[in-house]
Amino acid sequence: MSRLSLGKRLVLAAPYLWISAFFIAPMALIFKISLSQPVEARPPYEPLFSLADGPSLWREKLQRLGFETYRALLDDPLYIDSYLSSLTIAAISTLLTLVVAYPFALAIARSPRYLRPLLLGLAMAPFWTSFLIRVYAWIALLKDEGIINHVLMALHVIDAPLGLYATNTAVVIGIVYSYLPFMLLPLYSALEGQDPSLREAAADLGASPAQVFCRVTLPLSRRGVFAGCLLVFIPAVGEFVIPDLLGGSETLMIGRTLWNEFFSNRDWPMSSAVAVLLLALLIVPLLIAERLRLRAEGEA
Amino acid sequence: MLALPRLLMLLFGYIFLYGPIAILVAMSFNASKLVTVWGGFSTRWYAALLDDNAMLQAAEVSLEAAALSASLATLLGLCAAVSLARFGSFRTRTLFFSALYAPLALPEVVLGLALLSAFVAFGLNRGFITLVIGHATFTMCYATVALLAALRGCDPAQEEAAMDLGATPLQAFVLVVLPAIAPALASAFLMAFALSLDDLVIASFTTGPGATTLPMRIYSQVRLGVTPQVNAISSLLLAFVGAMLILSALILRKRENRT
Repeated sequence: MSRLSLGKRLVLAAPYLWISAFFIAPMALIFKISLSQPVEARPPYEPLFSLADGPSLWREKLQRLGFETYRALLDDPLYIDSYLSSLTIAAISTLLTLVVAYPFALAIARSPRYLRPLLLGLAMAPFWTSFLIRVYAWIALLKDEGIINHVLMALHVIDAPLGLYATNTAVVIGIVYSYLPFMLLPLYSALEGQDPSLREAAADLGASPAQVFCRVTLPLSRRGVFAGCLLVFIPAVGEFVIPDLLGGSETLMIGRTLWNEFFSNRDWPMSSAVAVLLLALLIVPLLIAERLRLRAEGEA
Repeated sequence: MLALPRLLMLLFGYIFLYGPIAILVAMSFNASKLVTVWGGFSTRWYAALLDDNAMLQAAEVSLEAAALSASLATLLGLCAAVSLARFGSFRTRTLFFSALYAPLALPEVVLGLALLSAFVAFGLNRGFITLVIGHATFTMCYATVALLAALRGCDPAQEEAAMDLGATPLQAFVLVVLPAIAPALASAFLMAFALSLDDLVIASFTTGPGATTLPMRIYSQVRLGVTPQVNAISSLLLAFVGAMLILSALILRKRENRT
């Protein structure tokens, strides 16, 4: 481990100070706020420790340091239900995204080589356009008087509107649509890198196309499947925009609960506690993601 | 995979991805007030936008915040990527590295809440400045990833050669490394710009009165109901981001043709 020269230290200092002030400190702060009591003030929570307090006050405050907010959180079914329902909706959406993205990624990966960058670029482009607008687009499609119901009723597939809008189903559709590019990219890189001679060898040895897929293609792409699922699942759990715009009043998702707790109830300690527990919930998938990333970096 | 199923799958995939966007854009030219029933071609909703001062002002705030925060994010991301790619190991490198990547995986509501708490604790009044800081913080992570990949792809031997020939480390960096990663710098900036322009959640937490962004404005309109005017502003935004995407693709392509 070498000492850095002055110039190098200055280059490092800028992003280091920035990320410390605007990421590390804020994260520590919400943990601190989650342990304090709400008060009618600005900011609306009782300050925990400050250097000006002096040791005697610190001791007194330490004794008052409470997990009351967390106790209230665990006692209130609203929060528990929100966490559980977020996990369920995110898990279902992740699986569905995989089901849609896998054949799509495979179709791109098996296209002629010169076409692949264009096909992939076209599939990834919506990722860059406004998330909010893409979710908004689905409102007009899913509403009872919307386009999907119109078309299906005109074709006599259904007699009455499906009533999809403002349900959990609409939220799942919104997540699959919005997060498809996240799933597609790792799947594509896993599938594109496969050596076609492996499949030919399996076929030569008498495997049917289905067997080749199940025993060669699929197992070889499992890393892409895993990475894609994490990339969809983690943000989907904390999603706010999709459940808020496409979900109904009965749609509970923790991101939306946190938002309401903060903007409607102005309860800072509770919204901070909700955020801290959300992170605790995501810590395992986040650590796995970190592992995968480090491994990928080691290979690069 | 056989040719026909592959074509069908591609067709289905692109219709799923672009269908809803195409319908949204088509409905922005609808003469009727309903978003779901076609009432003839009209550009009245675009004309109505020009009279909507609140929307225009929000667009201005968004563009300014995106330009400023993307510049900051690219600069900070460049410093971070250079530190990670070229400085070897230093103390707390792992902490630095994790703190740079963590915001990528964090739910936006958590990051927004954390930033807001910090601004209040630091005594910063919420407004345009805090909005720019918030956006620079989360887009910087994306910029770092893009720039780190570009720096890893360029051979340190070139810089060493420049320094052997008498260049100072700074000269070697400006004259050799920067031109080599220029396309990555451009795409990092565009990425940060697009992310900032698009963001609703972090903006809602970090901004204050007087600095309402375009997504916040669109969001509050959408909550009131679906109107063709929202489709019109959405279509304009899509066209803008689309033009930026094509631009960045062209920059990258020119680059590839040269090498």
